[in-house]
Amino acid sequence: MPAFPKAAHDAVRDTTLRGNLRHATHTIRAKRAHAVAEVSDWAELREAGKRIKDHTLRHLDRYLVQVEEAVTAAGGVVHWAADADEANRIVAELVRATGESEVVKVKSMATQEIGLNEALEAEGIHAYETDLAELIVQLGRDRPSHILVPAIHRNRGEIRDIFAREMGEWGRPAPEGLTDSPAELAEAARLHLREKFLRAKVGISGANFVVAETGTLVVVESEGNGRMCLTLPETLISVVGIEKIVPTWQDLEVFLQTLPRSSTAERMNPYTSMWTGTTNSESDSDSDSDSADGPKNFHLVLLDNGRTDTLADEVGWQALRCIRCSACLNVCPVYERAGGHAYGSVYPGPIGAILSPQLRGTESEIDASLPYASSLCGACYEVCPVAIDIPEVLVHLRERVAQGGTVTREGAKVVLKPAKGHAAERAAMRAARWAFSRPGVLRAGQRLASRTRRLHPRTLPGPGRAWSGSRDLPPVPAEPFRDWWQRTNGGKTDGGKGGAE
Amino acid sequence: MSSRDVILGRVRRALADVPPDETPYERALPRTYLREHGERSVAQTVELLAENLADYRAVVHRCATVPELSALIAGLLAGRGARSVLVPPGLDEAWLAGTGADVTRVADRAESTAAELDRVDSVVTGCAVAIAETGTLVLDGSPDQGRRRITLIPDHHICVVRVPDQVVGSVPQAVERLAPRRPLTWISGPSATSDIELDRVEGVHGPRTLEVVLLGGV
Repeated sequence: MPAFPKAAHDAVRDTTLRGNLRHATHTIRAKRAHAVAEVSDWAELREAGKRIKDHTLRHLDRYLVQVEEAVTAAGGVVHWAADADEANRIVAELVRATGESEVVKVKSMATQEIGLNEALEAEGIHAYETDLAELIVQLGRDRPSHILVPAIHRNRGEIRDIFAREMGEWGRPAPEGLTDSPAELAEAARLHLREKFLRAKVGISGANFVVAETGTLVVVESEGNGRMCLTLPETLISVVGIEKIVPTWQDLEVFLQTLPRSSTAERMNPYTSMWTGTTNSESDSDSDSDSADGPKNFHLVLLDNGRTDTLADEVGWQALRCIRCSACLNVCPVYERAGGHAYGSVYPGPIGAILSPQLRGTESEIDASLPYASSLCGACYEVCPVAIDIPEVLVHLRERVAQGGTVTREGAKVVLKPAKGHAAERAAMRAARWAFSRPGVLRAGQRLASRTRRLHPRTLPGPGRAWSGSRDLPPVPAEPFRDWWQRTNGGKTDGGKGGAE
Repeated sequence: MSSRDVILGRVRRALADVPPDETPYERALPRTYLREHGERSVAQTVELLAENLADYRAVVHRCATVPELSALIAGLLAGRGARSVLVPPGLDEAWLAGTGADVTRVADRAESTAAELDRVDSVVTGCAVAIAETGTLVLDGSPDQGRRRITLIPDHHICVVRVPDQVVGSVPQAVERLAPRRPLTWISGPSATSDIELDRVEGVHGPRTLEVVLLGGV
């Protein structure tokens, strides 16, 4: 993965991509503002959402155990995965145990994050994405570029071409003469996927929420592909990050108001499914098979994969409040121009810039550059439905990249060295500190700068070139302020020669 | 060391700075948000439900009595040329009294395959609760609603809401009424997607036509 500036540099030259992103983000921005304005207690809901998440995270050990107990009592099986490899191994083994070689998937960020589809493919198991945008990405052999709409970087014409070209490879081909009208494209996806839904024996999902007190999982969606995958197969496997827990059933009333309005700008999304273990439509005590509703086998895989390391960071832990609504992407001026792929992670945009370097560490070039992929304008904090102070975390992570320090990796404390590429910045800061603590040196330097000001270059040489490439160098005055003050007695007399210009 | 112990150990080390006597859940969350938005009479709440359902492209009908309802349902099925209709076990017989013998009634059975359900034209159900502020119907698998899949696979869903007693104003009021351990499906309009250019298109995998009948004299 190249560093963000390089990846973004290529993306901003792609005029089609720029157009697609501008159109989509501007469409959703206005709608979201309208959907939020409908609710007079938005600020209170946002505060409640923040507090619920914070409280859960601060007692996460207790709530994890409670989830395990409740899901097990409801007939589900709970697995724990410390990292991506372990989660992939657990899921592959569960699928193999069913004897099936294909699975249908609900859109899930967690399974994208761990690279589940590729891991299953290596085991000879085909994973079919069923969300329309994920299908576009999968058929186009592409990468997702947005949390809510993974194919936001594609316009209708490109989608039409992908469907016409690729659908036949995966199953039912696209209808002859397919046009680029969104309604027709959705219809083509409906026909293509229906046969897969009807024969699927194993479904794989993530979850938006897990309720600790009841063991209930919640999936929020629009198309009905989620309902298909959650109710038709015999076996359901849900891979869920440990930060998705809420303590009580009542807590859902907050997020079911803030999430749809923040993400798709709707009063409510078309479909939300809630299930508890292996569900019977009759009362819990009744195990009469005739009342069974939905999968007979349910597995919950609780995923760490860097989340506990994030939890250990005294500033960065708030990123775990995220409910993946994507509002911060849609308002971000940097995301709008650079696109999602430049972030080199399944979590793009502002939330990605603080989540990826924490989940994965800042060792790689891309992760070390992500905290800088922002102008710190603060629009993301403004719209976040759980009030994550993204700019604060960005600055904190910049400090960590530039200066190094103690972080937690895989549960152990390690001391990071300052990142490469910041040597010039550090040298300049050290020189400045040395000069500022010596008045004589500072004065000599200021006088030198004033007297040579006609000779100053317009841009800095060497490592400073990147800095002055987007900024004007400050003009140097004719004489230092302190000299002027002494010469004119604090501005009371004119010292004879016009110091001020 | 199992992964369970590893993860719980990491969490506990990360939370070492949390004092043991920290504010318990009940006091940590002052719920200052509203239980309902605005003041509405019962009739206005039902009106808002109808408005918001229609706004998300559900077709809304109103009936005062059960005989009216059975005539309406028969008309809706005939209008689509439906040859078969799925009937949950606890659905009020009288609701389908007007439906002719030319429409086959299909029972909601555990042994039905998905492919069989795929050949059924329509489904008629009741609901558990309806939310006015968001235009949402919630189904909880009660006998008059059946298994979750029967309202998913057929392309045409007729859902009957008893007004005003099944209607609540807001999401918090609905959450309060629902039993969390039941399989729940929240439905707001026919299926839709915003995945193409973030522009909403109605009708993907779930029923492409959702008809809601508000039954009762309000």
